[in-house]
Amino acid sequence: MEKPILIREDGLRHDGRKPDELRPIKMDVGILKNADGSAYVEYGGTKVIAAVYGPREVYPRHLALPDRALIRCRYHMASFSTSDRKSPAPSRREIELSKVIREALEAVVFTELYPRTTIDVFIEVLQADGGTRTAGLTAASLALADAGIPMKDLIAGVAVGKIDGVIVLDIDEVEDEFGEADMPIGYAAGIEEIVLLQLNGVLTREEFNKALELAKRGAEQIYKLMKETLHKKYLKVLSE
Amino acid sequence: MKLRILVADRQIVRPGDLLAEIEDSTEHLEERIIPEKHIYIKNKKIYSDTIGLATITDNDVQVIPLEGVYFPKKDDIVIGLVVGVGITNWIIDIRAPYKAILNGSEVIEGFNPIQHDLRDYLDIGEYVLAKITIFDRTRDPVLTIKGKGLGKITEGAIIEVKPSRIARIIGKKGSMLNLLTTKTGCNITVAQNGIIWARCPDNNKLDVLVKAIKRIEEKAHMRGLTEEIRLFLEKELGEKREK
Amino acid sequence: MSLTPTRQPIIPKIKRETIKKLIKKGERIDGRKLDEYRPIEIILNPIPKAEGSAWVKLGNTIVMTGIKLEVGTPYSDRPNEGVLQVHAEFVPLASPTFEPGPPDENAIETARVIDRSLREPRAIRLEDLAIIPGRKVWLVFNDIYLIDYDGNTIDAGMLSSMLALNLAKIPKIVSIEDDNVIIDKTVKESPLPINLNVVTVTVGLLDEIPLVDPLLEEELVIDNKITIAFDEKGRITGIQKAGMKGIRTSVLDEVIDIAFKKANELHELLRKVLSNPENYMKTLI
Repeated sequence: MEKPILIREDGLRHDGRKPDELRPIKMDVGILKNADGSAYVEYGGTKVIAAVYGPREVYPRHLALPDRALIRCRYHMASFSTSDRKSPAPSRREIELSKVIREALEAVVFTELYPRTTIDVFIEVLQADGGTRTAGLTAASLALADAGIPMKDLIAGVAVGKIDGVIVLDIDEVEDEFGEADMPIGYAAGIEEIVLLQLNGVLTREEFNKALELAKRGAEQIYKLMKETLHKKYLKVLSE
Repeated sequence: MKLRILVADRQIVRPGDLLAEIEDSTEHLEERIIPEKHIYIKNKKIYSDTIGLATITDNDVQVIPLEGVYFPKKDDIVIGLVVGVGITNWIIDIRAPYKAILNGSEVIEGFNPIQHDLRDYLDIGEYVLAKITIFDRTRDPVLTIKGKGLGKITEGAIIEVKPSRIARIIGKKGSMLNLLTTKTGCNITVAQNGIIWARCPDNNKLDVLVKAIKRIEEKAHMRGLTEEIRLFLEKELGEKREK
Repeated sequence: MSLTPTRQPIIPKIKRETIKKLIKKGERIDGRKLDEYRPIEIILNPIPKAEGSAWVKLGNTIVMTGIKLEVGTPYSDRPNEGVLQVHAEFVPLASPTFEPGPPDENAIETARVIDRSLREPRAIRLEDLAIIPGRKVWLVFNDIYLIDYDGNTIDAGMLSSMLALNLAKIPKIVSIEDDNVIIDKTVKESPLPINLNVVTVTVGLLDEIPLVDPLLEEELVIDNKITIAFDEKGRITGIQKAGMKGIRTSVLDEVIDIAFKKANELHELLRKVLSNPENYMKTLI
């Protein structure tokens, strides 16, 4: 595939978005019956589902920590989520992303309240169109809240990027593939803490500062939607 | 400690929602969590740590959670399922992150592991109504069935609900539970771990009771829920009588 | 699946408190300043069978990188470019807590952070590594071996990778017949085409106090590690936050400032070593 024009003459992106514009975002919580908490999140064409089980007993038991809950996290892409079939075996990328997502969640969950237990977080990417780890992190955070697990704050994930020299918000797959930089962040907007930060690409210091600011503004919008989504679940029951 | 409370009573709050600001404290307050109130304090601000209902009393704010697994507490009455039998104790699933222990001597007078086979007294798959006597987060909870009404459950029906909704099913000063008992005529035992044991005069009454409980579970955050349940029970039981 | 680490060595509480107290005073258990690297020792090309190799000792952390070059097929989306693959092995001889088996998440993370930091600024001119465009290219295997583990594997791994890549020589191509490329590994011809050097700087954070190049004992106490890659032009070519706490933006700014300063020192070291490589070509013992 040839590199497409990422920033058009009118300054808009290949899908017509402004540089600081998110894709259409959809989310819902409590969508699974079995899980203690669950969430579904869409960022444009990226579709992710997350489930949380726990706190529950740890098997095998020797893994249990005496002074806090264990968090176990799996980020996984469905084999049909990509254009070419993805092997269902966990790739090196998925292993790394499981780690950074887990560490982001550890930053907000009060694990010390549940010693000797585990909180299991499962993220399945159903369709990948850029920003799967950040959509996955948003979904995982919502699922944890839906499970009633005590935590400091919600986490909104979003990726910013540099495409054709322009810093843009919420990059999709094409922009990720042909752009110059992809910087996913996880942001606990209420307590103003960055809990996930990676940069894959080249940025000057000034560009980094600009990208981080843009990412935080984007994450704040997503954070607001997350809070509304959690609220809506209970309003819906009342209106029925 | 004087608080400026920023939420309304019974307002739905989420993790990270600001509930109140501490106004008069001049000292530096360490960041800390108060798990039983589902709040944490940081930089003189009080936040919710979960999805729940803000509850304001006098000059205090806390959150009654709407979700979450059952977490054992000493003296809680629980209903547990026997899932394992050892030489000297039973393993009881109380829907908590920890399995509970019930010792043979609790059930069998003069218990002697050589003489007595625990399965003759309480077998896998049976329910017990018990009280938690020991639990401190470092050890598994220990149960007793010595107490009025405690012991093996041999009759009636078991209804499982979210443990976070138990407070609502009991109601303020037991008002909801009273309503359920008087209207249906069922004998109802509510355990803290989200299991309800009902003994009803007939199956119709049980059906209505189950429906009412599920309704309370779903609408736990609704204002005027007791009134709605009263109307619901009257309608359902009235209709059944006409038939 | 990623788990909260459970097999970490337990640091006695008293030591933990000492480390914390010292850091808050601006000091460290090994006597370094907060923004000081441990001493760095370098041995170049200790493994003649590799196309390039480098042994880096960062304090007590020892890392060896070997570069192997082979002929293979390109990635379908980059048919006219050579292939770079970075792997890291945390072998059991390096630490009592390492176990045999496939690379765990820490080894994978180390390799992938180094891989991205090299790839994104095009540190290697992969476009110059095509042999038969679209069909046969050079495959560059950058294999990082952790030999003794005392913290900060990424910076040591990056340094040894960069040195090994700079030293790597491409074997002679004897003949090309159709898709059959015959090479002679005993004859090493041109150097691997390097565009620019990249270094990483890892900064630990403890109660918002930054400390450069954390030791293993410090790693077990600190809240976060942030690795930032810089190329020779001072551009950021990669970032990875690791650790279980959040970071405020102002603290992150401070970390990047420190990392930038330290990156200049590491680039200076690379220049010094690579301008006189023969001074560093020694045997291992």
